Amino acid sequence: MTKSHIKVTINGKTVEALVEPRTLLIHFLREQQNLTGAHIGCDTGHCGACTVDMDEMSVKSCMTFAVQAHGASITTIEGVANADGTLSALQEGFRMMHGLQCGYCTPGMILRAHRLLQENPNPTEDEIRNGIAGNLCRCTGYVNIVKAIQYAAAKINGTPFQEAAE
Amino acid sequence: MIPGTFDYHRPTTVESAVALLLQLGEDARPLAGGHSLIPLMKTRLAAPEHLVDLGAIEGLHRVERIGDDVVIGAMTTQHSVINSSLLADLVPILRETALVIADPQIRYKGTIGGNCANGDPGNDMPALMQCLGASYTLTGTGGNRQVSARDFYLGAYETALAPGEILTEIRIPIPPTGHGYGYEKLKRKVGDYATAAAAVVITMAAGTCTSASIGLTNVSETPLWAAEAARILVGSTLDVATVDAAVAAAEAITTPASDMRGPAEYRTKMAGVMLRRALGRARVRATV
Repeated sequence: MTKSHIKVTINGKTVEALVEPRTLLIHFLREQQNLTGAHIGCDTGHCGACTVDMDEMSVKSCMTFAVQAHGASITTIEGVANADGTLSALQEGFRMMHGLQCGYCTPGMILRAHRLLQENPNPTEDEIRNGIAGNLCRCTGYVNIVKAIQYAAAKINGTPFQEAAE
Repeated sequence: MIPGTFDYHRPTTVESAVALLLQLGEDARPLAGGHSLIPLMKTRLAAPEHLVDLGAIEGLHRVERIGDDVVIGAMTTQHSVINSSLLADLVPILRETALVIADPQIRYKGTIGGNCANGDPGNDMPALMQCLGASYTLTGTGGNRQVSARDFYLGAYETALAPGEILTEIRIPIPPTGHGYGYEKLKRKVGDYATAAAAVVITMAAGTCTSASIGLTNVSETPLWAAEAARILVGSTLDVATVDAAVAAAEAITTPASDMRGPAEYRTKMAGVMLRRALGRARVRATV
């Protein structure tokens, strides 16, 4: 078994590394790059806590080998804040709308919502719920996560955010 | 969970991938989206010594119309299938089916070729390909051969693929303009395989069904092409008695396992219900 050389851009920074082919992307990010924001939840591809953005796709990094990321551009939760260090619209939305309780699913939720809003800047509630169907949250019941994404969409689009009546 | 060790290969042409697979033999597996294989490797139910990644091969990620067919490269992802305007126009049932596969993240990586080639009876595309009369291009060291989706599946995870062969493209005859279609899938939750699912394509003329094709998912060791059920529909107005007879004919060919999705009898009945619903939607969508 030979190690493979990979070159990956992570949060705008290009890194080169030697990895065992069997190293999963989540382990590469957490253990070799010390980027512990993406979480290992179920480790079976169901929960989405390990979701990162890779070449404009939301990817479950526990189901991807690091070698498959060779040449790719990856964004993790560590790379989503604005350049001046202030919270991105999505981060702000999760904070303002109480879109997290324990926070374990949040990095995956935010990265997934990031790609969803790139592809569909003004999603309906139904589209949001289908869009985050691969991310499990055991705290919130999703209501405030949906609101957080609606808040971010409104902020990005420059439209007023009207919280739906309960 | 960490997979066993393996060597990783990343060929850039189909020829070199095929040569590698043939040379490495049974210890090698091709890697497409990986969302069936990698979970098996993590639980060590699969421990290939070599992975041949098809991700860097040019030309396997494409959708095009060639004459009366659409041709889809094997590495085209479910996400790309969903977003292809060509497919939405010509074979819209592909989008409807891809949308009920797994979850968004898995659809970004999961490929139509992997879904068809793996031979997992739970996969949704194989029964649809049988319904559509699709054929697969299998590429080996001796070149290409075409195998109909209706002849490809021999058993659970057993297919017509010979050692060293790769499924490289899917050719689908474009259904007639105005055809009706429906893919109905019963699943317990997002991301689950079907308890039962049915694919239906029909054409209607002056209120009479002029052609029909039906595929059934996950109610046998292979996808099922329900030829007799479809034959019963043709020439009818899709009246209640005829649909009942077709549903009974479809249920009769199912041999599902009893598992955590329900007992076999239930899954057979659900195949009938899915067929009824898919047919209902196909009828509404068919013009004339």
